[in-house]
Amino acid sequence: MLSKAAGGRPAKPSFVSYVSPEEIHIREPAGKEVNPYLLPGELLLCEASTVFKYVQEDGSNRGTYGKLVCTNFKVAFLGYESASDDNEPQFKNKVIGESDITLHCIDQIYGVYDEKKKSLYGQLKKYPEKLIIYSKDFRVFHFCLRCTKEEEVKRIVSGIVHHSQTPKLLKRLFLFSYASAAPNSPDAKNRTVMFDTFKDWHEELERTKGNVKYEVVSVNEGYRVSEKLPLYFVVPKSFLKSVTESILVHQGRGIPIWCWSCHNGAALLKMSAFPKEQDDSALQMPKLLDGIYKTIHAPPYEVLKMDDLSSSLPSLQDIQTAYTRFKQLFLIDNSIHFWDTDVKWFSLLESTNWLEIIRRCLKKSVEVVEQLERQTTNVLLIEENASDLCCVISSLVQVMMDSYCRTKFGFQSLIQKEWVIGGHSFLDRCNHLRKSDKEEAPVFLLFLDCVWQLVQQYPPAFEFTETYLTVLSDSLYIPIFSTFFFNSQHQKDTIVSGESHNAQSSPFRLLTVWDWSVQFEPKAQALLNNPLYAEKPKPDKSQRKTTRFKHHRQLSLPLTQTKSSPKRGFFREETDHLIKNILGKRISKLINSSEELHSNFREFYDSWHCKPVDFHGLLLPHIEGPEIKVWTQRYLRWIPEAQLLGGGTVAIATKFLDVMEEVQKLQKQMDEEHSQTAPEDADAVPTLRNSARLSSLFPFALLQRHSLKPVLPTSTWKDLEDEEDLAKRDDEFVELSGAD
Amino acid sequence: KLAQMEEAPLYPGESIKVIAKDVMYICPFMGAISGTLTVTDYRLYIKSIERDPPFVLDVPLGVISRVEKIVAQSHGDNSFGIEIVCKDMRNLRLAYKQEEQSRLEIFENLITRAFPVSNGLPLFAFSYKEKFPVNGWQVYDPMAEYKRQGLPNESWKISRINSTFELCDTYPAILVVPTSVKDDDLSKVAAFRTKGRVPVLSWIHPESQATITRCSQPLVEPNDKHCSEDEKYLQTIMDANAQSHMLIIFDARQNSVAVTNKVKGGGCENKSSYPNVELVFLDIHNINVMRESLRKLKEIVYPTIDEDRWLANIDSTHWLEYIKMLLTGAVRIADKIESGKTSVVVHCGDGWDRTAQLTSLAMLMLDSYYRTIKGFEILIEKEWISFGHQFAVRVGHGDDDHADAERSPIFLQFIDCVWQMTRQFPAAFEFNELFLVTILDHLYSCLFGTFLFNCEQERVKQISTKTVSLWSYVNSQLDDFTNPFYVNYEHHVLYPVASLNYLELWVNYYVRWNPRMRPQVRVGAGSDDDLLRSLPALQSVNL
Repeated sequence: MLSKAAGGRPAKPSFVSYVSPEEIHIREPAGKEVNPYLLPGELLLCEASTVFKYVQEDGSNRGTYGKLVCTNFKVAFLGYESASDDNEPQFKNKVIGESDITLHCIDQIYGVYDEKKKSLYGQLKKYPEKLIIYSKDFRVFHFCLRCTKEEEVKRIVSGIVHHSQTPKLLKRLFLFSYASAAPNSPDAKNRTVMFDTFKDWHEELERTKGNVKYEVVSVNEGYRVSEKLPLYFVVPKSFLKSVTESILVHQGRGIPIWCWSCHNGAALLKMSAFPKEQDDSALQMPKLLDGIYKTIHAPPYEVLKMDDLSSSLPSLQDIQTAYTRFKQLFLIDNSIHFWDTDVKWFSLLESTNWLEIIRRCLKKSVEVVEQLERQTTNVLLIEENASDLCCVISSLVQVMMDSYCRTKFGFQSLIQKEWVIGGHSFLDRCNHLRKSDKEEAPVFLLFLDCVWQLVQQYPPAFEFTETYLTVLSDSLYIPIFSTFFFNSQHQKDTIVSGESHNAQSSPFRLLTVWDWSVQFEPKAQALLNNPLYAEKPKPDKSQRKTTRFKHHRQLSLPLTQTKSSPKRGFFREETDHLIKNILGKRISKLINSSEELHSNFREFYDSWHCKPVDFHGLLLPHIEGPEIKVWTQRYLRWIPEAQLLGGGTVAIATKFLDVMEEVQKLQKQMDEEHSQTAPEDADAVPTLRNSARLSSLFPFALLQRHSLKPVLPTSTWKDLEDEEDLAKRDDEFVELSGAD
Repeated sequence: KLAQMEEAPLYPGESIKVIAKDVMYICPFMGAISGTLTVTDYRLYIKSIERDPPFVLDVPLGVISRVEKIVAQSHGDNSFGIEIVCKDMRNLRLAYKQEEQSRLEIFENLITRAFPVSNGLPLFAFSYKEKFPVNGWQVYDPMAEYKRQGLPNESWKISRINSTFELCDTYPAILVVPTSVKDDDLSKVAAFRTKGRVPVLSWIHPESQATITRCSQPLVEPNDKHCSEDEKYLQTIMDANAQSHMLIIFDARQNSVAVTNKVKGGGCENKSSYPNVELVFLDIHNINVMRESLRKLKEIVYPTIDEDRWLANIDSTHWLEYIKMLLTGAVRIADKIESGKTSVVVHCGDGWDRTAQLTSLAMLMLDSYYRTIKGFEILIEKEWISFGHQFAVRVGHGDDDHADAERSPIFLQFIDCVWQMTRQFPAAFEFNELFLVTILDHLYSCLFGTFLFNCEQERVKQISTKTVSLWSYVNSQLDDFTNPFYVNYEHHVLYPVASLNYLELWVNYYVRWNPRMRPQVRVGAGSDDDLLRSLPALQSVNL
């Protein structure tokens, strides 16, 4: 259990101060020693007492006094007066309290000196009177240090800055201290496929019926071929035999790796390209590609389209820049700041370009879907490392085409397959070690945001809720799970085997994020499941139990194939074209002619949207401008101004749950009638919800708002240069009509 | 034969005026479609069985704002075109052969039937003969509604001073005014307010007795005229609420506009004459600004959306910012009533545009009754129709002067605000999106009598016997308009968040002609069919 003081509760301010903190003479909180709740392996590094934490920086100076601590895992604020426990939040994280920020979750640290905000980093010469911490999950903390002893201020500020901002060694990740200290919990039965065994891949091939043309290979056992590639992966059958061994020299570059097979046999593949500066000179290139081409194009592989994502999608740098701007819109200091942002909202949003990047990724995915689904063409995604945008696109394609990926376990397995084992460099992209900003790019968040767009467009098609996605995004920064803290399977295996050597005592086991019971009690976990999920008709229970893989896919499009598919005749031309290109130019030039692609895409997209949606079939997102939205729950959840009491989708989910409860209750009553026993107290069924007073941002920010008063814009009206004329005309009309 | 298959269906009372074969409808999404055109006294109808399924375009003539001939060179030797600009966010293009005899006939019929008022003809609502099982004209009974609010009481009385519309010709016959006010004084107050629109009660808080009263601006004039009866009157309104010693006047306009209005005879309350009164300006722009904003909005959504510039474009229309201002104003009013327990007076210039928007939105936030289907119908009947929102002038029913500067999408804006609220509180409203779209469609269609005419005086003579009410139609098929997730949040005040973070363009209304923007499943605002389709999940509960 988390101690109350650890901030499991957001709490009504137990201590409300209406005067500035410096005007209060603090009594030493005698006898009210508060101690942080520490996880196994967690060490207290420094602390400061009598720190004043503002409830909300709205100028009212309300808040609580408490202790600010920094451990090797988190920064935490412990209020002196723990509030009474009558209002236990329904959704509580067991690892991270409301006033805890893991070191990896700290985004920016500011100090306030004479009312001026300055970014804090490195060695500090002067210590601020206020400390502001922005976290990566969009919380903003304001701490006042004026009543804190100078010594403690120095220690805590430099401690937080040091432990969160300076580069770290991988081995010093909290992950390892936790794993060696934590009791070895039994491996909870988890239906998530981890893709770390030969069998997992084999079964995935069977599930998708890709086993006809593709096979799992173990050539990389011991990471002989590449440290970037997983131990096991899937390639076209006999691919490795047919290509010269020389391909293995290239660290896995140039190997077309299977991602997924469509019901019609078309497959989605990915491949790391050769670094650009080499490929003109590299003599073996043409030969190599020729080999690939021969294999993939030989029957039964047929047509292959290549798509160089680095030229058709924004660069990682663009993504990073966009997100950096975008997130700033939601790191809100106070009410005035919020409404100032609001006045310029659309232009600010547009200038970030984040939504446009999401739109482009969704669009690209639909294009790939079109090629797989309608043209029955194999698609090969190419990217330098095949582990960034390749992951985004291939995962999105699978979410759209394979309804299994829209179940919770299916989605988790997908992330394991494409991202974790697929070799996305989480460590570098999240900059967990604070080593270099250059590698940082929120690629995984981009993916989650794209999935969220689909979830909000088709809620009944997903077994999980947006809350699930939000919580998953938060888990990126919790260093007790290994899932998002390695660059590759190789890196993890190496370090784990090394550590196990050292700690001979017990087998070294790292937690996976998919064990949600680590973070949430069952009651809270229930909020991750979508009550509106349109389950498949006729769930055959006996079948469901035994076969997690036999998740049959339905044909996603009613196959009214009136058009002759362009396959055969097209085939020859396409390959000739390919050869010419391969021999002549770089691979990046091999992008499909965009015009043809565009019209195909449009036709496909429009015709799909004309038909009623089958929530278990193919799912295409709407990608028109108005349909791409801001992920309100994730980005606005801690902003008090943005809460709607009684509103939001939670109101509907609540209604739905109420109806379900009522049905169950009636059923129970009926059963009781039949069995002639007197019904027990009818009030036994809990009505735990009162949607009228739940915030739209439920289950987050439960009690952040202290009054039921409405929030009102504070900012003034934007100028209307061009409409001045019209605005003035009003009065003439009043006069004119007033004359009669 | 072909013509038979492409014939228009008719409502009872509707008659065909002209039929023409081989008319081309140039659809911005599907290209040119050739079919049979029918013009009746109610609709323009094109059906083409060339397509599968047959293509149908069915447009009530009432939505037409402008009809123009186009000489279309590009169509070669023999074609003749018509461009039809509609009030409901679309434009239609027709083309047909020039030598066709019916050429003139089509155009002339279209013009006369689309603009019957300008051509001395009755609106179609007077010919419509459909019978519905319920009579929508009985939905609103002012006495019953005031009784529901607990009126009359010791401070407020029901007055029949306006029963002949002499006090104020744009007000309803039945008014609620302070008990102690004498009729003579009321007439003097009327003389001091634009068009005699004296402050009258719209809504009273069941507990605190704080009231929303509405009126028009005072006629202060440049010489700062004052009217002691008006001052006393406002004092009486304040005194009727024992909880507060304040009265807040919300002037919907900008301060500067209100002040410059003095020159033209209007103005705003002078603080020195009204002790204990706080004057708040809500900075909402006038009808011309709103009309212009909607025009820009149409430009960016019809026929196609520029995806790359969507956010910049939506920003440039300011449409959502105006929605934000309205909601903000209404929230401030509701908050003063609810938290401040203070009575408010709301006015703009004439007190029938922005005033109606603000009072009805505030009432929607404060009183859950108005969030039911019947309650919402009553809200519209009361705050808009009976209190003289100039529907005929603002919409321009049957009138061919498309450039009339008195036209403005004020009511549309109100419905948009309501939609924004239903988005924010998806379970709090008994009605669904279709209900709101239906209201807007019949705002223009002239099928029902509900939105015809400017005020009650014009309406009483003929409307309820000679036309059908929109509510007759709606209330005969309530299932279609009911929100399956409705929870009655009785006594809960709902404050929408007037942040652009939450306001979004009402795609299912403004962009509905674009086939790419088909209504999709959205929890709360999606089509109910889709929502209900998801409900069978209920069946998987272990029974």
